[in-house]
Amino acid sequence: MNNRAETLIPKVGVITDVRIDTPDIKTFRVVTTDGKKAFGHKPGQCAMLSIPGVGEAMFSITSSPTNEEFMEFSIKKCGCVTEWLHQAEVGQQITIRGPYGNPFPVDDVFVGKNLLFIAGGVGLAPLRSVINYCRHYRDRYGDIDIVYGSRSKDDLLDYKEIIDEWATDAGVNVHLTIDNPQEGWDGHVGFVPNYVKELGFDTNKTAILCGPPIMIKFTLEGLCGLGFDKTQIYTTLELRMKCGVGKCGRCNVGSKYVCKDGPVFRCDELDELPSEY
Amino acid sequence: MQKITREQLIDKAVSLLENGTVEAVLGWGKGEFDYDVTPTVFKTADEINAGFVWNDFCGANFSRYLVAKTGKIEGKILVFLKPCDTYSFNQLLTEHRFDREKVYAVGIPCEGMADIAKVKAVCGEGISAINCDGEKIAVTTLYDDEPIMVDAKDVLAERCVNCKSKKHVAYDELLGEEGEVVDSARFDEVAKIEAMTPDERFAFWQNELSRCIRCNACRDACPACTCEKCVFDNPNSGVENKAPANSFEEKMFHIIRAFHVAGRCTDCGECSRVCPQNIPLHLLNRKFIKDINEFYGEYQAGAEVGSRAPLVDYTTGDIEPGEVFDRRDTNA
Amino acid sequence: MRKCSLESLNSVFAEIAKAATLYIPADRTDGSAVYTKWEEGVVYSNALNTVRSPKDFFFPQMENLMEFKTQGKTIEIIDTRSETEDFVVFGVRACDVKSFEILDRVFLSEPVDSYYAARRAHGVIVSMACTRPSETCFCQTFGINPAEPAGDISVWKTETEVFFKSNTEKGVALMQKLEALTEECTEEAVDAQKEKISAVMKKLPLANLTTEGFGGGKTKELFDNPAWEELSQTCLGCGTCTFVCPTCQCYDIKDFNTGKGVIRYRCWDSCMYSEFTRMAHGNNRLTQKERFRQRFMHKLVYYPENNDGLFSCVGCGRCLAKCPISMNIVKVMKKIGGSNE
Repeated sequence: MNNRAETLIPKVGVITDVRIDTPDIKTFRVVTTDGKKAFGHKPGQCAMLSIPGVGEAMFSITSSPTNEEFMEFSIKKCGCVTEWLHQAEVGQQITIRGPYGNPFPVDDVFVGKNLLFIAGGVGLAPLRSVINYCRHYRDRYGDIDIVYGSRSKDDLLDYKEIIDEWATDAGVNVHLTIDNPQEGWDGHVGFVPNYVKELGFDTNKTAILCGPPIMIKFTLEGLCGLGFDKTQIYTTLELRMKCGVGKCGRCNVGSKYVCKDGPVFRCDELDELPSEY
Repeated sequence: MQKITREQLIDKAVSLLENGTVEAVLGWGKGEFDYDVTPTVFKTADEINAGFVWNDFCGANFSRYLVAKTGKIEGKILVFLKPCDTYSFNQLLTEHRFDREKVYAVGIPCEGMADIAKVKAVCGEGISAINCDGEKIAVTTLYDDEPIMVDAKDVLAERCVNCKSKKHVAYDELLGEEGEVVDSARFDEVAKIEAMTPDERFAFWQNELSRCIRCNACRDACPACTCEKCVFDNPNSGVENKAPANSFEEKMFHIIRAFHVAGRCTDCGECSRVCPQNIPLHLLNRKFIKDINEFYGEYQAGAEVGSRAPLVDYTTGDIEPGEVFDRRDTNA
Repeated sequence: MRKCSLESLNSVFAEIAKAATLYIPADRTDGSAVYTKWEEGVVYSNALNTVRSPKDFFFPQMENLMEFKTQGKTIEIIDTRSETEDFVVFGVRACDVKSFEILDRVFLSEPVDSYYAARRAHGVIVSMACTRPSETCFCQTFGINPAEPAGDISVWKTETEVFFKSNTEKGVALMQKLEALTEECTEEAVDAQKEKISAVMKKLPLANLTTEGFGGGKTKELFDNPAWEELSQTCLGCGTCTFVCPTCQCYDIKDFNTGKGVIRYRCWDSCMYSEFTRMAHGNNRLTQKERFRQRFMHKLVYYPENNDGLFSCVGCGRCLAKCPISMNIVKVMKKIGGSNE
């Protein structure tokens, strides 16, 4: 981590765009007051956003680092800060600090590999940053498979971008699924872990998982069943955080601090931690 | 010294365990030092024989634990209750906080518990042994050749000096002799504070409450504070505060708590016993009890199960707010 | 080494207080000791230690981090800090001096916590050797010698005299100011005292407590130990142990709306509290057993794993004295570790 003079004091950011993605997820575009990107980041890193008087919370940065104009955050309404944000309009100022945590190893381990992204619900938010980064540097990586599922078609995040941009890329295969049948949906129906098993991926890939804990658990089992080794699988954790710099103690699991040593972990590293995440 | 012996309690516990009446025993567990006693759930006779303690330092009131512990077992749990503990026991039953059928309560007499802080005030740090078998407590220290003999009466905990009852108001079985309700002087300290001018009174509480570190021990040990979710733990309540952010907040926590337990507090004194900063929190609660007694007639929370406390029982004879207001000049 | 008479200790305080705010342990109305700002009339306490640890001086229970002024959709962030003033803490016991090293490794590691760092830079620690350790003391388990406290200046007090030895630049600078009040002396009296304490230490009831079985790399071995259930069975979930502990440093950041603006403050938090890890969608430590285990695993395994084997406990004994149910790190170490004596 860089030597930031003031780790806890944020910058003022401005919401310059609000996109309604799903009934409970909105994507916010944020820049500083002088219209610039607040800070550089790597795919998988997070930022602390706050509204004074409401609170501060950690969010993954969903936009790719290759976007040098602004940052985006896809945020699901589920607590104080997020509820407030969902009511915010364009022009609203918030505070922002970061970047926090370790990114996915896109510039070394992932290079030359076939990548398999598996996401559930709002779990696509942190992976979108990685996917778009890898699409930007397309020739560095092998084939890209994306398995993404949500409760319904309406709950699929970034649907337009997935269909219009990702699915049309050469060497990128998108596999979408929803939990229950729905009118106007002729795609796959079923939970993500089962879909992954049905698709039966070759083990010549590096898998990147993000989603609700239950999805992670069963998908991980499924991948291991397909012959994947845990060293080939990465995921990103979310725990309650306050400081973002490994000092306040909240996200401590074993000898790791999720904000500082994570949020990205290789699954064999998780096995070394007590099961408290 | 206690009139009932450790052996008597162990015999009772072991026989009730072995004949299947109870499946667990809530008792005082042996610690590192003779005064160091931890509330413990014993499951076997061996555990009891090895670790059960009964001495002048068994002050902890177990009633509160019944809320959590009765939910965790199939059969009954044995709990030993000193007279003052039985009031909390009844009050919790009145509030339907645990299943009476899951408890086997054994009343035990109590001659008053010692306050280790008072012992240390006499003998200093470095206590290696305490023997409370006789009328006097023998304190052996690392720094004195002979044990220091302390009169048990001189080191009684405040709540025991002002013991309100040696009578048990609840039990399935009583060990030893039953006592009587005691005519205590427990309101004397309150009267002293009432006699202060408002400025003096404010200064008194300012001095006491400014020591609060908001550790919540008073709340978490209180048998009347068994809410599943305390308002002070709820980040969305607007009053959640882990630090006494200012002198108003540090008072607010204690005043709100005192109001919340008013009419329900049995004056068991656990709040003051556990306070790491020696704040006489029981005085806040006693003020309420004294007022209730004066306004509505004598009322002792927990004296019986199911009684309606004056504060939640409207009668046409209730005191008018105006009368309370008029009292302010005479004392409180 | 320099010394002065016990009677002139007050003059030493007066001299120190000329240039910096001085805090000394003084007795309170309830009989226990608390660090008190020295002014004429404040008397040095004979208590073994204060209830609150001196971590307050560097990591206060509550401190404002910044202020926000909001108007319409705009936000202004104001750093409200003023210059940290020089201060001296006199009478810190060896255990508590060691606790600063443990806190330093958290707050002074990158990225540095500037709030803590400023206070650390401006504070001078004058320690005080122990003469009458309590039965609750177990500093020697962590390699601390109560007769030889560290700090910027080490102090020994006998019945008639006070001895000073400066250990750091800060200490030397402060001792220079006390030159007229003190005189050069031999270490004889101090050595005699050290020897006496050393004999006492061997007799302490917790003298044989060891850290055997704990340390980095022990997570797997200790985490699922069934004893956690038993040890935590009557834990009330209050924060007393964490708040009196000199090395507990978890904190919360909260906002307070004053009506005129928003103050963002930091305050102590406790891993013992039910909502410590609660998130909008769940809690990863649901029962008191898990929260209890976290506190001790952190002190005895996780912290040493990240800090070259240094344990996050100094054996001050505050939790032994203050836990409402008398459950504490010593009982945990004896039950789960290798040292059943």
